[in-house]
Amino acid sequence: MNLYGVKAIYKFEMARMKRTIMQSVLSPVISTCLYFVVFGSAIGSRMGDIDGIDYGAYIIPGLLMLSLLMQSISNASFGIYMPKFSGTIYEVLSAPVSYAEIVLGYVGAAATKAVILGLIILATARLFVDYSVLHPVSMLAFLVLTAVTFSLFGFIIGIWADGFEKLQIVPMMIVTPLVFLGGTFYSIDMLPQVWQTISLFNPVVYLISGFRWAFYGVSDVHVGISVAMTLIFLAMCMTTVWWIFKTGYRLRS
Amino acid sequence: MQPDISVKHLNKIYEDGFQALKDVNLEIYPGEIFALLGPNGAGKTTMISIICGIVNKSNGEVTAAGHDIVKNYRKAREAIGLVPQELNTDSFETVWDAVSFSRGLFGKAPKPAHIEKVLKDLSLWDKRNNRIMSLSGGMKRRVMIAKALSHEPRILFLDEPTAGVDVELRRDMWEMVRKLRENGTTIILTTHYIEEAEEMADRIGVIRQGQIILVEDKDTLMSKLGKKELRLQLQHKLDKVPGELTLEPIELSEDGYELIYTFDSQQQQAGVARLLRTLGDLGIEYRDLQTRESSLEEIFVGLVHE
Repeated sequence: MNLYGVKAIYKFEMARMKRTIMQSVLSPVISTCLYFVVFGSAIGSRMGDIDGIDYGAYIIPGLLMLSLLMQSISNASFGIYMPKFSGTIYEVLSAPVSYAEIVLGYVGAAATKAVILGLIILATARLFVDYSVLHPVSMLAFLVLTAVTFSLFGFIIGIWADGFEKLQIVPMMIVTPLVFLGGTFYSIDMLPQVWQTISLFNPVVYLISGFRWAFYGVSDVHVGISVAMTLIFLAMCMTTVWWIFKTGYRLRS
Repeated sequence: MQPDISVKHLNKIYEDGFQALKDVNLEIYPGEIFALLGPNGAGKTTMISIICGIVNKSNGEVTAAGHDIVKNYRKAREAIGLVPQELNTDSFETVWDAVSFSRGLFGKAPKPAHIEKVLKDLSLWDKRNNRIMSLSGGMKRRVMIAKALSHEPRILFLDEPTAGVDVELRRDMWEMVRKLRENGTTIILTTHYIEEAEEMADRIGVIRQGQIILVEDKDTLMSKLGKKELRLQLQHKLDKVPGELTLEPIELSEDGYELIYTFDSQQQQAGVARLLRTLGDLGIEYRDLQTRESSLEEIFVGLVHE
């Protein structure tokens, strides 16, 4: 295994985070804090508990998941798209690194950045809302699993995209609505039956539900189903990445 | 001797059906400087890209340093350094970081002393902490070379290395290439500057429309295909080439004051002696005479336009 190669890609990507700390860290932290202030402290104080949990605390897993998904996708898609755009991808393609090593470098760095950001947001949330974590190990495991899965998804988007617009389409037009409609601000039990059924087709419901279980021990769907759905999505992303490298799709002509 | 690069029956057909390479066969030996010449779109970059792993081959066999580029791609690629045609560099990295990144990517442990040597050899040492975006085009080209040399490759591909660089930098690069060859590095270069190939190459390959049409030792090529020209400036104007000389490959200049005699460079000087004798017999006096050999450029143009 070319560990030096993996390390080189990983370090390069992490260095990009340091160079763009305003955009990579501060911006998502500030925007998520605004959610905590508005929906947690201001509006939340006038709302009742959901499943016995204070509203401000209830929305933390969903908001954390929103940042985690967006940042995982954005970091990974940008990480692989930029070398394609600038032409420096030639160096990675001509290096003695396997497909798995390339993915490990790029996706590993993107997931690391997303997890770091998630933990910063979690720590910052404490300034505005009182919350507890019932299953900290499960919460961390969920955090890492989601970050890795959606970084892989972002990696696929980065390879698929042939312009900056496409990089933004999936996170903005698909992921954001799915997160907002996936139970970030409410329990799907609060919806009419028909919308509850429709919501079950939203994969983000399972992520937020599982994550909320790790925090408070309550969930819209069984935690086992949440984990299974995440793993299925992970497997789908891994299969797609394997196919991309096997065929050279948008990488090797 | 086992070749450093071996290409056998290599074909490349792109998805749109364009065949960029047609049954290419080529062997490049350790320690030589091989110049691959060809007009735009001839297939030079496609061939280099296949050998380096950037483009997939359609069929054929390619080995680098004795390793199959597909089955044993790690060993093959470890041996290769590539300086691509385009100035593709990360803008925000420092020179030092960019070159160190390349070494790591190619599976080599950090070796600051080597990076320092490469940067010094390429006059980049003073710029090591500068971001690449702040460098001039020539300096960026040097960074590309430094990146390619960072992992100490035994085979170096230079795809149009001096395109767009000034004369001084070009001379510096030629010097660097010669030093690398002295250290045993095999160098394959494509260039539009035929002067560059003439100056540096040991062997020349010419590719046209995806086919290698000639591979020859440079000196042999120059003597086999090169022409020599004898120009005689006459004392008195001639209206036409005298009948006694019409069997010779001789022309009269438009102003009638110059006879131009063309002959193969391999040919002995007998033709020249005969010509001068005949001119003497005819009483045609000349003020001066000059000979010149055709350049590689003229040979190349002749080959690709055949």
